[in-house]
Amino acid sequence: MKITNAVVEKHGLKTKEYSQIKELLKREPNLLELGIFSAMWNEHCSYKSSRIHLKNLPTKGKQVIQGPGENAGIIDIGDDDAIIFKIESHNHPSYIEPYQGAATGVGGILRDVFTMGARPIALLNSIHFGSPDHPKTKTLLNGVVSGIGGYGNCIGIPTVAGETKFNSTYNENILVNAMAVGHAKKDKIFYSKAKGLNKSVVYVGSKTGRDGIHGASMASVEFDENSEDKKPTVQVGDPFTEKLLMEACLELMKDNSIISIQDMGAAGLTSASVEMASKGDLGMELYLDKVPCREEGMTPYEMMLSESQERMLIILEDKREKEARKIFEKWDLDFVVIGKTTNTDNLTLKFKNELVGEIPINALASKAPIYERKWTKTKLPEKKINIKNLKKIKLEEALLKILSSPNQSNKSWVTDQFDQMVMTDTAQRSGSDAAVIRIHKKEKAIAVTVDSSANYCKAHPYTGGKQIVCENWRNLISVGAKPIAITNCLNFGNPEDTKVMGEFAECLLGIKEACEFLDYPVVSGNVSFYNGTNKKNIHPTPVIGGVGLIKDTKNKINHFLKKDGNIILQIGKTFGHLYQSVFFEKIYSLTEGPPPDVNLSNEKNNGEAILKLISDKLVFSAHDISSGGLILALTEMSLTSGYGLKINRPQKLSNLMEHYFGEDQGRYLIEIETSNLKKIMKILNENNIFNEIVATVQKDYFEMIGELKIHINDLYKANNKWYNNY
Amino acid sequence: MNSSVIVFPGSNCDRDIAVALKKLQFQNKMVWHKDTSLPKSDLIVVPGGFSYGDYLRSGAIAAKSNILNEVIKAANNGCLVLGICNGFQILTETGLLKGVLLRNKNLKFLGKDIHVKAVNTDNKFCNKYKKKQVLKLNIAHNEGNYFTSLEHLKELEDKNLIPFKYCDENGNINEESNPNGSLNNIAGIFNEKKNIFGMMPHPERMTDQIISNNDGVNLFTSLLN
Repeated sequence: MKITNAVVEKHGLKTKEYSQIKELLKREPNLLELGIFSAMWNEHCSYKSSRIHLKNLPTKGKQVIQGPGENAGIIDIGDDDAIIFKIESHNHPSYIEPYQGAATGVGGILRDVFTMGARPIALLNSIHFGSPDHPKTKTLLNGVVSGIGGYGNCIGIPTVAGETKFNSTYNENILVNAMAVGHAKKDKIFYSKAKGLNKSVVYVGSKTGRDGIHGASMASVEFDENSEDKKPTVQVGDPFTEKLLMEACLELMKDNSIISIQDMGAAGLTSASVEMASKGDLGMELYLDKVPCREEGMTPYEMMLSESQERMLIILEDKREKEARKIFEKWDLDFVVIGKTTNTDNLTLKFKNELVGEIPINALASKAPIYERKWTKTKLPEKKINIKNLKKIKLEEALLKILSSPNQSNKSWVTDQFDQMVMTDTAQRSGSDAAVIRIHKKEKAIAVTVDSSANYCKAHPYTGGKQIVCENWRNLISVGAKPIAITNCLNFGNPEDTKVMGEFAECLLGIKEACEFLDYPVVSGNVSFYNGTNKKNIHPTPVIGGVGLIKDTKNKINHFLKKDGNIILQIGKTFGHLYQSVFFEKIYSLTEGPPPDVNLSNEKNNGEAILKLISDKLVFSAHDISSGGLILALTEMSLTSGYGLKINRPQKLSNLMEHYFGEDQGRYLIEIETSNLKKIMKILNENNIFNEIVATVQKDYFEMIGELKIHINDLYKANNKWYNNY
Repeated sequence: MNSSVIVFPGSNCDRDIAVALKKLQFQNKMVWHKDTSLPKSDLIVVPGGFSYGDYLRSGAIAAKSNILNEVIKAANNGCLVLGICNGFQILTETGLLKGVLLRNKNLKFLGKDIHVKAVNTDNKFCNKYKKKQVLKLNIAHNEGNYFTSLEHLKELEDKNLIPFKYCDENGNINEESNPNGSLNNIAGIFNEKKNIFGMMPHPERMTDQIISNNDGVNLFTSLLN
């Protein structure tokens, strides 16, 4: 086949990039080689537009064992325990084929974690759909949720936390981000870097089929009206085989057979072999006729570009083949030596003794293009609305309207489709600020959460970037965990658009500043560009996955009210910022104005004080105040706890709506005993932390005299009807 | 008491049940699905999970496995056998327990805490529960909707072969408190000799106060009585 301009374009490569390829090879590539370049040089694999911005993120810290650049990030949680975690997007495949797209998103992120030697212990997800009345939303929601469940439930890893959101910005391009968290022993961590000459390269796992060919390239262009035709590029998941692969790999990892190991994820065999060779400064020779294939007559091109799931590449120590093979045979998996490491610095591909392709490894990795794309700054929007000019609404009416809206509704319709309990170490499940997972056979636990604030990021990316890190941090604090590190999934539109590139650059700047200030490093992540259809980009949606540590599982805390007569103390000051709030959006359809300001030093002070109070056992329950403001946070504490609240009127009477629905940052609510009030206030005042009493726990009614009185059962009903009626 | 937990390649509650058994003083052994003999066992547990992927009918392939031949022999000789979730599905596929587990009535996977009422406690597995005691257990299944013939259903009721029925937190057994559509709110059944017990809820997930509660403990300690 002749490489024409049309062929190059079909491979998602620009003319200039094709010239670079010819320069690097000093000749024209053949079709196989072109396919390999296309797989490695696309945005998804090469990070060509994001790299220069990503390198500014703080990635080091006392507890960081491994930052970005490996399959997943690794942190130290004391003793000989390490936590390995990462979040990744599977947006495009999930829009085309929701069940399989979401399922294989889970499968892929799990492999990233167990390939490093960790047993996965928790799954999380952040899923964003279009408007509920968009004709595709219902099907997509159903498919994605059952796909996530289908994979995690079968393999037996609990799905413990996540977020489900709706916004018309995702009408034609949903987001499906999956995060996996694993536990490993510090001295049993495995990396992808190849070492040693003439070592066997072993293919293990499922057979290679024709599914997913060019999946990564598909993820690197915008959708258009023909996107449905891309269904064949979506992979099909087999969680049962992944379970076998996971058990077999973990069994082999018990001894010292493995030099390096890499899963075949995006761009399959190509990216796995290039990654391993490039990190080890070695060459690799592969005999493609040895690759186990699902179908007859598969070509080298198809084998190298297939994204069939549940496959791994392992470089083995000498003389370990027999033992290793035995383990994979026990689990009924393929185990085939398909190549060896070489000193040629080339990826050499042979098929039936014939050389079918040869590319210098560095041409695919370090010499891949990097772009410093142009970007524009977003100005902080002005505040132009006077609340006094808006149509009046009663507090009770507004609260019930928000509480029963899709984004604020109880999500048990979603989470009931997930097994949250398997492995029997889930100490706190979905519906809390963060899930808590005990480390098996230990006292300690980790807390995990994922968060995003696309509306804030859209309005002002820099502030939004800061805010989302802080919110994630607060969620861990609220369950009594000390935040350690994050992973991020950066979902943006087309990077060739200067506005989108600006959103990316500025969100990242915000994330960087917040992470630095809070000593909350980024240890892994993923960038997903080209989220949009026909030139319409999605709102910038960075998703943050955070991990924190609780020294003793017994000391975890949640936000459900515990005792009649207890006091609710608010930490952090209310200013009444309603721009970009749920209240403005839901009640007045107003989406203009700046997001709430983020004061990092208040965040840090307030968070640390809460953590201190929790560890001193002075707090019965805790909750951060986020979307929906103070009144929503109070409602959430009451819901499902069986207790109501008597809410005090604010002392300085500002506007009631601003006071209760304002989304000012850095605020928490804690439930305490009256007898400890003085002691707690003293601690807070000594640290200059603003605090005020906002409510008292009571039976049956959620009320504020003169403004609202709702029986807790009605509150529950309002919060639980949307999904069931959808 | 000696127990054996059968491990299929797709079992995923095998570790959980082993932890619970060990904690409750059982001498437990794990038995691989390709094995052709069982260690000395007073109790055999077929745990939850997805045995061989369950892409076919749940448990259908597992019922034909090497080790299940041995489990069937032991069961017929009176050994105590407990099938939980996928284990229950496998026991019905072998015919050791009658009836079938259909897809949940809402056609969705259900992973949540539910309540069951101990309606019959006069058996080896439940004797430490009080009659009519309400337990909070966890379910996690796609196919837990128990169905059987009318004659068999009558036999189950008449001969007290139903130890647990789904109920609400106050013990009311009705359609609203039936999560998956099971006939007569059945959460678990015995064979006629009451040595083989299959149930959809996971008692092993309720043996640790820090994680959940201790409502599943008595199911195991009853056996030690």
